[in-house]
Amino acid sequence: MAAAVAMTASCGTSNAGKSADGTVTLEFAQWWEPELPKGALRTLMDTFEAKNPGIKVKLLSGPYASTKEQVIAGAAAGTMSDVVGLDGAWINDFSKQGSLADLSALMKDSKYDESQLASQVKIDGTTLMIPAVNFVYPMFTNDDLLAKAGVSKPPSTRTEFTAAAVAISKADSNVKGWVLPLSQEAPNGIQNDVMSWVWASGGSMLKDGKPDLTNDAVHSAVDFVQDLWNKKVVSPGALTMKEQDKVEEFTNARVGMMIDSLAHIKLIRENNPKLKFSISAIPAVDGFTGKRGIPYAAWGIGIADNSPNKAEAWKLVDFLMSEETNAKLSSLSNSFPGNTKAVPDFVDSDELFKKAFEIYKSGTPANEFVGLPVAEQLMRSFDEELQKTLSGQQNVDTLLTNAQATWMKSF
Amino acid sequence: MKSTLKDPEPLLQTQWPVDPVKPRKAGWGGLKRRLAPYGFVSPTVILMFVLMLVPIVMVIGYSFMNNVIMTKHPKFVGLDNYVTILTDSVFHTALANTLIFTFASVAAHIVLGLLFAMLLNSPLLGTRFKALFRAVYVLPWLFTVAIIAVLWRLLLDPNGVINFLLMNAGIIDSKIEWLSSPGTALFAVTFINIWAGYPFYMVSILAGLQGIPKDLYEAATVDGANGFQKFLHVTLPQLKPIIISMAMLDLIWTSQQFALIWMTTGGGPINVTEMLSTYTYKLAFSQYQFSLASASAVVILLLSMILAFFYIRHQKARD
Repeated sequence: MAAAVAMTASCGTSNAGKSADGTVTLEFAQWWEPELPKGALRTLMDTFEAKNPGIKVKLLSGPYASTKEQVIAGAAAGTMSDVVGLDGAWINDFSKQGSLADLSALMKDSKYDESQLASQVKIDGTTLMIPAVNFVYPMFTNDDLLAKAGVSKPPSTRTEFTAAAVAISKADSNVKGWVLPLSQEAPNGIQNDVMSWVWASGGSMLKDGKPDLTNDAVHSAVDFVQDLWNKKVVSPGALTMKEQDKVEEFTNARVGMMIDSLAHIKLIRENNPKLKFSISAIPAVDGFTGKRGIPYAAWGIGIADNSPNKAEAWKLVDFLMSEETNAKLSSLSNSFPGNTKAVPDFVDSDELFKKAFEIYKSGTPANEFVGLPVAEQLMRSFDEELQKTLSGQQNVDTLLTNAQATWMKSF
Repeated sequence: MKSTLKDPEPLLQTQWPVDPVKPRKAGWGGLKRRLAPYGFVSPTVILMFVLMLVPIVMVIGYSFMNNVIMTKHPKFVGLDNYVTILTDSVFHTALANTLIFTFASVAAHIVLGLLFAMLLNSPLLGTRFKALFRAVYVLPWLFTVAIIAVLWRLLLDPNGVINFLLMNAGIIDSKIEWLSSPGTALFAVTFINIWAGYPFYMVSILAGLQGIPKDLYEAATVDGANGFQKFLHVTLPQLKPIIISMAMLDLIWTSQQFALIWMTTGGGPINVTEMLSTYTYKLAFSQYQFSLASASAVVILLLSMILAFFYIRHQKARD
């Protein structure tokens, strides 16, 4: 462990530089390549190289967690790759380190039309990350299990959701209504499966950019989660369950409903071709008529402040965010484009994605963890308090008060 | 009275042929000869310096600074990080869990390793059975930690094989959430670690058993010792050096176990399986508190060094 901490500071990836013939080699560190079809990202890079003679791209690919560690190490040692794949949850901390380049300035220098970008992640008014593609998290429902439980259509309110979850759990003792992953190893269940209920009903966990966990919207959502837990309609093993376990439970028809990324549709279909399932907006509180927040996770992109080739790095970002490339990237990853003009292939060819795109367009992308300091730790500390509550060690008021106090220390 | 006796002549005088000592020439050849041993060990020394000493010194240095890595110009804060770590209730929980996990694992490793080694050494088993059991018992040792974690996550899943078997046997009447229930999680991860680690003891103790001279058992038989007495007074004393060495190494290794805990429970639920290793990792890579993580790492290093000290002293005593 001592070595690991030291290596974080002492090691990193080396910067690409110019070769003798003037060719610039950009390093592009990301976790995208392993999650895309084999060779897909390299093909896009080949297209970029063909369009930009004199620039080569070296892909540094790894799983999400190791990419994160590598980027942290690179940021500390000043050897971060020229272009980096980023998660919005990391941005605040990298901003403190000053390790990311000011994309606002680069866009201005190259007279880039910012209006085509669906969103930008800014800290103190400076763009540090551009979401290249967005993975939205709607509600997945198993049509057969719902029908077996006598539920005719996917629930659209919390009351309907509770009733459906209870009916599904009663219809078959080996099946539960909902699945809630609360692993502390990867605590993103707090973002995707708990706070999503707050955002879906137009609520917020923040006030003026600061934590506001004791407000009515958060309280009501956590009460709702606890009610489902008390009614024993949540899949067993939740406290150590990870996102992949959640998908597996749904794929194997052991759970009737889940909130999950569209990115998993292909996986679910491959692993259980017979499974009939639908996609809907996350249910809101009864009587809610406003725009529903729909949680999302993004593959963000940024440029290292230590890069000696920022102009060339921006060309790569520009290429990836262009209408044509962004549409291809989004088609390949089953996600929605970061360029507002780009339209991925699957929207017309696949009914589920067509429905998801409608949900996406009629709602508001919501992820309040993006740009927060130590975002993952915020999820983990909330997770710990929620686990205590679900285990009967404290009530919801104590949970929210404790989590609020812990979160405030990070701001 | 003055003795008139002469000193006796030595009965035997041996004269060794002695080469006249030639003065060494301080030339290139002599220098080369003297430097040769250093040349041979230098790759190892350089590697150890770069990969062990430098990181350790760096981490010790970090532990006395305010937040390194995340701060461009860290400042010296003395023992502040140690005070923060040592007064943190989660650290206390992690320390207690580490002690329980480590001592339970090591104790069970010894007992199981000894038991299986004696079974494999027993004359009651035929050669074919011995070969079969040897292959079966050593299996856990062949898996990597990642495979062990995935395997046991599946087995201990509420819908997994273990619950299925226990329910069918009528031992339990409802599914147990082995890894996700605060009441059973520490027991479950300890059990997995025991399962994964006993073959190392078994193989080593088996080698030790096969090295015990048969005449010791024959002598004990002549003295009228029964089986248990032979085990107590012959087998155990003969195996004592092996068992002590392995137990000390195992204490060091197990107290630093990270991957298994991280991949099965992540230190949860709540903090019931939080270990010093997972606590340190979270400080570094979740909270980005690299100085606190360094202080925690130094505490682990000191605890490990205490165990290493006893291990080395034991090894020296054996020599």
